[in-house]
Amino acid sequence: MFKNLASKIESWLDERFDLTPIRNLIYHKKVPVHRTSLWYYMGGVTLFLFIVQVLTGILLLMYYRPGEDSAYESVRFIVTQVKFGWLIRNVHSWSANLMIFFAFLHMFSVFFAKSYKKPRELTWVSGFILLVFSMAFGFSGYLLPWNELAFFATKVGTDIVGVLPVVGEELKIILRGGEEVTGATLSRFFGLHVAILPGIFTLFLVTHLVLIQRQGMHEPEHFKSLPEKEKKYIPFFPDFALKDALLWLIVLNVIIFLALYFPWELGLKADPFTSAPEGIRPEWYFVFMFQSLKLLPAHILFLEGELLGILFFIIAGIIWMFIPFLKLEKLPNKIDILKYFGIIVVIFIIVMTIWGYLS
Amino acid sequence: MKNQIFLIWMLFFVAWYNVFVEGQNIKDKTLDEDQCFICHKEMEILPENFSESDVHMKAGLSCAGCHGGDASNDDMEIAMSTGRGFVGVPTRKEIPQFCGKCHSKIEIMRVYQPRISTDQLSQYYTSVHGMQLRKGDQNVAECVSCHTSHSIYYSNDPRSTVYALNVPNTCNNCHGDKRLMEKYGLKANELTEYSKSVHGIALLENKDIGAPACNDCHGNHGATPPGISSISHVCGTCHINNEQYFKKSSMAAAFEEMDYHGCEQCHGNHLINRPNDNMVGMGDESLCMDCHSEGDPGYEAGEEMKNYLTLLVNSYNSAEAKLKDVQNKGMNDADIILLLQEAKQNLIQSRTLIHTFDPLKIKEKTDEGFKKVNEGVKLADFEINEYYSRRNGFALATVVFLILVIALYLKLKDMAKSRKNKEA
Repeated sequence: MFKNLASKIESWLDERFDLTPIRNLIYHKKVPVHRTSLWYYMGGVTLFLFIVQVLTGILLLMYYRPGEDSAYESVRFIVTQVKFGWLIRNVHSWSANLMIFFAFLHMFSVFFAKSYKKPRELTWVSGFILLVFSMAFGFSGYLLPWNELAFFATKVGTDIVGVLPVVGEELKIILRGGEEVTGATLSRFFGLHVAILPGIFTLFLVTHLVLIQRQGMHEPEHFKSLPEKEKKYIPFFPDFALKDALLWLIVLNVIIFLALYFPWELGLKADPFTSAPEGIRPEWYFVFMFQSLKLLPAHILFLEGELLGILFFIIAGIIWMFIPFLKLEKLPNKIDILKYFGIIVVIFIIVMTIWGYLS
Repeated sequence: MKNQIFLIWMLFFVAWYNVFVEGQNIKDKTLDEDQCFICHKEMEILPENFSESDVHMKAGLSCAGCHGGDASNDDMEIAMSTGRGFVGVPTRKEIPQFCGKCHSKIEIMRVYQPRISTDQLSQYYTSVHGMQLRKGDQNVAECVSCHTSHSIYYSNDPRSTVYALNVPNTCNNCHGDKRLMEKYGLKANELTEYSKSVHGIALLENKDIGAPACNDCHGNHGATPPGISSISHVCGTCHINNEQYFKKSSMAAAFEEMDYHGCEQCHGNHLINRPNDNMVGMGDESLCMDCHSEGDPGYEAGEEMKNYLTLLVNSYNSAEAKLKDVQNKGMNDADIILLLQEAKQNLIQSRTLIHTFDPLKIKEKTDEGFKKVNEGVKLADFEINEYYSRRNGFALATVVFLILVIALYLKLKDMAKSRKNKEA
């Protein structure tokens, strides 16, 4: 009966909108099978975590009240009084962190598989922009509970922006909504977190997904050189989609486990008149940059060390975003310079992050 | 804006100039031109405890301010002549009048300290010290015994001998002298006892200057041992409720009849221990048992009061253990803490109400405490149950997830198999 009803709806829609492209995508899209196929799923997991973020974020919005006198209290109310509020808030926090973790994993897997090469340059660029926006989501969302740690971490984070030449101070005031981190900053970050960023993010996400569906999955070099008979594929639907679903289920279970056994502490309410508590550091995905800035000397030549560090990260980020357009031919002795560059970047991020937490 | 900043800087400069530069000048001028100081210093006959930071010296009074004479004349004969008003060193008996010639006159004192009281001298002569001195007793304390003669500081200056933390030792200079105190029938062990008391520990060990020192109970210049009629007033200046409850109780009249010292009868004087619940009731430490015996109404009342306190203490302790369990489990403890704080407040109030010696009043207060404790326990139980139900819920969800994962895995395997068969 359901099958009949579904085919009736399908033909009704087909008659009006011509579903051939969608049908082609579903029934004809194939995903290559090889020893590194597992990395294909990282993007899907990131997408799933974004969906979890949207859903839990909407639920949190039902009770969250931005404002110096209400933000902390409302989050406290959510985790103590609202039925399953503790679960939704903790899932939102854990999922946010895992989303950025999987986005990094996805990006580096794409980088080392060289999937960003022609014709997928724009997929890479849109993906990198999505990662930057994800980090902006994290930065703005961190302040929303208006607790002590978030308050001072935001103060430090926005202070760093102020170091930038010419526009730094102005940018800092725009971000904070004034000279200091106050209720105005909270309102701004709230607007950014629940309206501006989701709007822009969705635009880039749709672009990213359309590009992937349009161009299909990237086949690695060794796969391309295989004889046709030895090349293995699985259909995107239902095989790949079901495998995706299987992984999503496991990830969801892990998030709930983390939310239950390792809840995110709310801590003390932010008080601008107290001194900053010990151990103030940004969220883990900013720690490698934060630690690098801390290690730089006060002055390098005629420039401030901190300013030089920030400029370095901005330029490095721009170069990383445009990597598909750089014509870096292999060196004569066949050394893959980009591969080693990528390894250095990964080691740098890991070492600096660990150093940041240990120091 | 610029003008405001300039004005602030100017004010800051003027304040700095007055405090540091001018202040220094006054002192230097006083000492540099003071012939008493110059000669006595040269001849190395400055008083033993002479301090240039002395409060009088700082105010520009110098030696002649108290001892008379002409400080501007470098001829000793003239400067220290009676014609120039020199009075020399006062005898012990003269000292109160000697200090009092300024300290009893508000027209003089208000120049230096507008709010200072000027009744110290008259108060002193009402004290045991003052009365004895008038009788010619040369051993009793006069002004310099406590304040020193040439190292006098404000009482809120930690260098002062009469600063709260230093008062017990200052009094002990005489009151710890066993041979001297024997003449007056005193034990000379007051400081030893006081140091072990709840007040002494707070003041001397914990440096809590809010805790009472000798003068807070005995008075300063009018120091005298508090009598039967005043003892509860003395304690009541800090322990207000205790005093009020006691005064209205049936016990107050009985105490008066038996010439008992109100608070002191149960709590002692210098060696006042931190009160505990065992002081009430029938145990070995019970103070009720000093007067009451089994069968009399006081005995029963004591037993009843002790029971109410014990029950509240026990239930509070078990609630606190539950709170710790809630905290260890990482659950919400905020409301439980608040309720237990209120219950603790009720317990403290119940202990204070002991001074009414009315079991019903204590029961009323402990019942309030029980109510708070029970609410706290109820909340703690809810949080502990919630802790386990969350874990059970997770276990159940994991089973559902696992079934779905296995089902999907089998379906995928089946699909791969049928595709293989098709290809073959």
